[in-house]
Amino acid sequence: MAKGIVLGIAVVLVLLLPCRATGPVDALLAAADNALDRLRTRKRKDWAVAAVLLAPSIVILGAFGVAPIVAAVYMSLFASKGLAKSFVGLDHYAAALRDPAFWQSAATTIYYVAGTIPATLTLSFLVALCLFRLVRGRGLLRTVYFLPYVTSTVAAAMVWRIIFHPRSGLANALLAWFGFEPKSWLLEARGLLFFLTGEQETLMTVGPSLALCCVILFDIWHSSGFMIVVFLAGLSAIPRELEESARLDGANVFQATWRITLPLLSPTIFFLAIISVIRAFQAFSSFYALTGNGRGPLDTTQNLTVYIFSNFYEYGRLGYGTAVAAMLCLGIVTLTLIQWRAVGRRVHYE
Amino acid sequence: MKRIGAKTALAIALALGGAVTMFPFAWMVLTAFKTNTEAMSPTISLFPAQWQWHNFADTFRAAPFGVYFFNSFVVAVIVTVAVMLTSLMAGYAFARLEFPGRRVLFAMFLATMMVPFEIALIPNFVLIRSLGWYNTYAALIVPWCANAFSIFLARQAFMRLPSDYFDAARVDGCGHLRFLAWVAAPLVKPAVVTVALFAFLGSYNSLIWPLVVTSEENMRVVQVGLTVFSGAEGVEINLLMCASTIVILPTVALYFAAQRNFLEGALGSGIKG
Repeated sequence: MAKGIVLGIAVVLVLLLPCRATGPVDALLAAADNALDRLRTRKRKDWAVAAVLLAPSIVILGAFGVAPIVAAVYMSLFASKGLAKSFVGLDHYAAALRDPAFWQSAATTIYYVAGTIPATLTLSFLVALCLFRLVRGRGLLRTVYFLPYVTSTVAAAMVWRIIFHPRSGLANALLAWFGFEPKSWLLEARGLLFFLTGEQETLMTVGPSLALCCVILFDIWHSSGFMIVVFLAGLSAIPRELEESARLDGANVFQATWRITLPLLSPTIFFLAIISVIRAFQAFSSFYALTGNGRGPLDTTQNLTVYIFSNFYEYGRLGYGTAVAAMLCLGIVTLTLIQWRAVGRRVHYE
Repeated sequence: MKRIGAKTALAIALALGGAVTMFPFAWMVLTAFKTNTEAMSPTISLFPAQWQWHNFADTFRAAPFGVYFFNSFVVAVIVTVAVMLTSLMAGYAFARLEFPGRRVLFAMFLATMMVPFEIALIPNFVLIRSLGWYNTYAALIVPWCANAFSIFLARQAFMRLPSDYFDAARVDGCGHLRFLAWVAAPLVKPAVVTVALFAFLGSYNSLIWPLVVTSEENMRVVQVGLTVFSGAEGVEINLLMCASTIVILPTVALYFAAQRNFLEGALGSGIKG
């Protein structure tokens, strides 16, 4: 029943979209225009038309964008048992700071940010530089590199899951080809350092787990396309004469890139760094889809977002979840402001 | 002569990179056509021994993907249309109308873009539940019917229109609503297409929100359906790859049909920095 109604609405909306109904719709709009025109005053000008046009957005953004922030702060101060609520003040915040799982999740978030952002930025910059110099096939390759970004994280993650499958995955087949021992990849809680140092026992739990490294690798693949496209646009805005004259003066390709292109591109790099830090702190889908519950082996892929999610979704701890969310958001905003002040000043604008 | 050599090397390196980028997709499609024993076998074969076309039908039998797709499409289409309408309306108001509090309101709208979604997740879930919308389409659709970024894009597009258009329409006795509907909206079509594409993609690919506000199987969208399917006991890898292929297909088709708008959209988000 509900399905029929919803489908009906969808079909009507789609049919209405292209039709330039100059009949009844136009008459309705004209009548509304007349009524609103009479409400126009010298002081408040078009307030009536504006109110009508803005009402839906204000309601939705107000209810689901602004109000929840206030509500979250309020909720984080209360503990709920069933329907009963009791004021606990900052207890949730204190409890989180005492919880080792919270700190482990914070470390996971930081490993993830440190693992994805510099690598993705460097890789995308290099690919964009090369693509930019390419004469033929640039459009096609740009399409290819951007494709992962368009596809659903969940579906793409499924492919990587079977590639990292311990028994029948391609990753282990590749290792075997080079004569290495097979690994458990996404199921491996032991650290990357442990494997890189020839399995030193003391490094077993130090640093990111191999499972987390797989998530990082996946996200580098999945989000590079976006950066490449933004870099390409930044490159095409740089006047070519600058680099050409540097080359004529005897600079080689690397010098010209390092001394001319890179500084001129700094606003783009700065923007991408800010955006990607915000995104990396919020990453959820890739963690959840790759490991099945987001937490991974021995909770080693549980980042702060997954930590919030599992506290809320699996244990029903709403107040505690919002307290951690509030702290995470505070962290993101602070970090963005720091980036803005520390790096933003040194960015070269033309 | 040397320059041509360098260019060719560059092209080959980039093509190799592209091949690596595309490889997971190829692997997905190839595995989708294998038998499960073949897909599970530790000895890797690139191509299926025999192309198992019936895998796709089997996938739809293994889990109600038809229902999932229906839900996803209904939700994404309504969200897309709603976002187009709200962003055109609000964008026009911010770009063309004069009213008290315009700057403050616009700044508040933009501020919602900076707020991470985690903080809104739990309060929004509580709001949805108290509205009685848990496990309904309303919960999946309504919160996403307006967003600051689309409004921002629409406003930028309207700002670029010369005001002579409106003055001329005004002389002919046309009010703001009619002007917006019949003159201004068609003039900013590229921006509207970009807004629509990103709204559709965002809605279709979203995971955490549908996961939180729905629990019944017949309310699942494809992304949730796919994660549940992948976590099921004894899931067959070839069918999982079939399902992933089918889930990705609509967005890939959309991407190829409207590539330029997608790239512009990505850049639009680059301009705002």
